[in-house]
Amino acid sequence: MHVRFWGTRGSLPAPLDAAGVRAKLKTVLARARGHALADDAAIESFIDQSLGFAERATFGGNTACVEVDTGADEHLILDLGSGARALGNCIMAGGRPGKRAVYNVLLSHPHWDHIMGLPFFAPAYIPGHRIRIFGGHTDLEHALRRQHAAPNFPVEFDQLGARVEFVALDPARSHRIAGADIGLMRQHHSGDSYGYRITQNGRSLIYSTDSEHKIEAAADAYPFVDFFRGADLVIFDAMYSLAEAYTIKEDWGHSSNLVAVELCHRAGARRLCLFHHDPNADDGAIEALLSDTVKYEALSRDSAAPLEVVAAYDGLELDL
Amino acid sequence: MDQRSIADVTVLSPTGRIDLDTTPPLQDCLLPLTQVASAKVVVDFAGVSYISSSGLRALMLGAKAARAAQGRLVVCCLNPAVAEIFRISRFHLVVEVQNDLAAALAALSSSAAAAYRHG
Repeated sequence: MHVRFWGTRGSLPAPLDAAGVRAKLKTVLARARGHALADDAAIESFIDQSLGFAERATFGGNTACVEVDTGADEHLILDLGSGARALGNCIMAGGRPGKRAVYNVLLSHPHWDHIMGLPFFAPAYIPGHRIRIFGGHTDLEHALRRQHAAPNFPVEFDQLGARVEFVALDPARSHRIAGADIGLMRQHHSGDSYGYRITQNGRSLIYSTDSEHKIEAAADAYPFVDFFRGADLVIFDAMYSLAEAYTIKEDWGHSSNLVAVELCHRAGARRLCLFHHDPNADDGAIEALLSDTVKYEALSRDSAAPLEVVAAYDGLELDL
Repeated sequence: MDQRSIADVTVLSPTGRIDLDTTPPLQDCLLPLTQVASAKVVVDFAGVSYISSSGLRALMLGAKAARAAQGRLVVCCLNPAVAEIFRISRFHLVVEVQNDLAAALAALSSSAAAAYRHG
């Protein structure tokens, strides 16, 4: 499986502004003092080896959208946040040769930040294309139709050129979609959300966003431990610090980096990807979150297997 | 888990790792102490090597219970690893942290601080 992140923010798009770009430029130019940057190779080397990620790049500002290539001839997409616009443009530009115009979307839930990309997903306007939207909720069609309705958007849902279908998934059983076995689990979030386990050729990907883990997470039989069991990659909502998640943002439906590490250790997962970044967090804050999470992983590991930790960014690609 | 009184302050001294297995006994011990009216409780971390999210939640519940009873809970003597976990989790903003036992006692009670000074 190959995973590409098109949107990694939570709640709201959070683009880098002019002041943010200028601050990065200032940092980079200051760092460049004394470096010999006579040719492109030297500049590339300086960028890659002398600058941190938050200095040379950005985690991006699009909301949740993740593409999973299972090797099948159909697309598999996790959520339709604002990142879906860039994914659609990539597909229309011929960036996915060998795939049929069938888009299988696993929707975590119909909150705004997870569906706002559909009206800007170019394939939705092309006759002959087919979009199949799967989820644990039974009322997804209502939510997606509503965001196209006047006065919110000028193109009514029924004017879309593509055929759009909605399929409610039974969490009690496994489903075969785009060449992968799909399991799902209801999560604690306002209006419920669903996490997905995507398994193909012995490799498993967990997509668990917009999920709060409360006191029940301490139980031996906490079901998420089994759901995450042995996963090769866990994409996890680590929007808040533990203190925020337990106090002022309790019941806001999100989780923390500490709980992410602990659940992955208990489940024997191999790699954790921090996801659903707080729109209030700048690149430096997300980089610090990653660094802190790596430290906590080492402090908490005890007899658990080492867990690799990465932070999602718009454009990140991972192989399983 | 060692528990002692220094004047009007109760000092609880857990040891080892505070994790999923060891949080329940800590919480069972801590909450009744913090629910007493005007409770003054110190959790001495000198013997603690690690604390998980479940342990931090127990401390938060203890601090909340103490506040509700017009009392106060203070933790002290965090080793560098545990101090790092408090920083990473931002729990130093949730639970009052003092460097050592003398400072923790002084924050809660002048009589307990004096008793500790005089052995």
